[in-house]
Amino acid sequence: MVKINGREFNMAGKTVAEYLEEADYDQKRIAVERNGALVPKAQYGKTVFAEGDCVEVVSFVGGG
Amino acid sequence: MWEEAEQIKERMEDSQDGPGRRKEAAGVIPTREEMRRALEERQGKALTAAFSAASVAVCGLGGLGSNIAAALARAGVGKLILLDYDRVEVSNLHRQQYKASQAGRYKTEALAENLREIAPYVELETHLVHVDEENGAVLLDGADVICEAFDEAECKAMLVNLVLEAMPDCYLVAASGMAGMGSPNRIETRRVTERFYLCGDGVSDVKDGISLVAPRVMACAAHQAQTVLRILAGEYDI
Repeated sequence: MVKINGREFNMAGKTVAEYLEEADYDQKRIAVERNGALVPKAQYGKTVFAEGDCVEVVSFVGGG
Repeated sequence: MWEEAEQIKERMEDSQDGPGRRKEAAGVIPTREEMRRALEERQGKALTAAFSAASVAVCGLGGLGSNIAAALARAGVGKLILLDYDRVEVSNLHRQQYKASQAGRYKTEALAENLREIAPYVELETHLVHVDEENGAVLLDGADVICEAFDEAECKAMLVNLVLEAMPDCYLVAASGMAGMGSPNRIETRRVTERFYLCGDGVSDVKDGISLVAPRVMACAAHQAQTVLRILAGEYDI
């Protein structure tokens, strides 16, 4: 299982890009952190979730 | 005029108002030394030294950035790098640290003027620029802490990705979610990664038609400014 934003998902083996697509994220408004480090945008398609990964997708909303 | 002011100041320095206190002469800008002593009295010597040795970049000088910069200048942060491409609009005045007389002027210039009135000895570096993936790392070079204070979600995400990817030694304090009339208690600070802090309620989007209200935006800016000061003080946990 992979923990994403506090919830368990059966995502081990899938890429970050696949998850973002599935969850319908707007890639221009997010940052992805995996096990304490940023996943560079260029690596979304190559970064594969491993069993036990802890992931946070930070979504930004407008206003400032 | 200046000499006269100096004389008044000298006279005031001679007259004591209570133990160890003297009256300040109205209209006379305190010396660098006086301001440092006053900060040390309030914040202590160690914190004042840490703040004054620091360089903090503020990206976006709107409701968040202008308030963050004012708070940091007051705390005696040594150098502020201020970045914005925009001008002061009348519609900004309800939540941003500008005066009606400054409408139409570049925010970098207007804010620098206002900060110098608050903290005359703060070092300011202003950049009239649209920060993007190409120029960001060069513009922000030398900052110990970077504040993301943009308005648009895409710009926020761009800067966060850029700093965390290209500037791994920098601390980043970003904000997301402070629009509307919701409770200020929902504004909070989280430490997302070791060097990335995020303030706000995470959800209140200005695009949902809820407007920006000064105290709530200022609450978020205050979270950011306080987080910056805590980082400079070596207090990294939330």
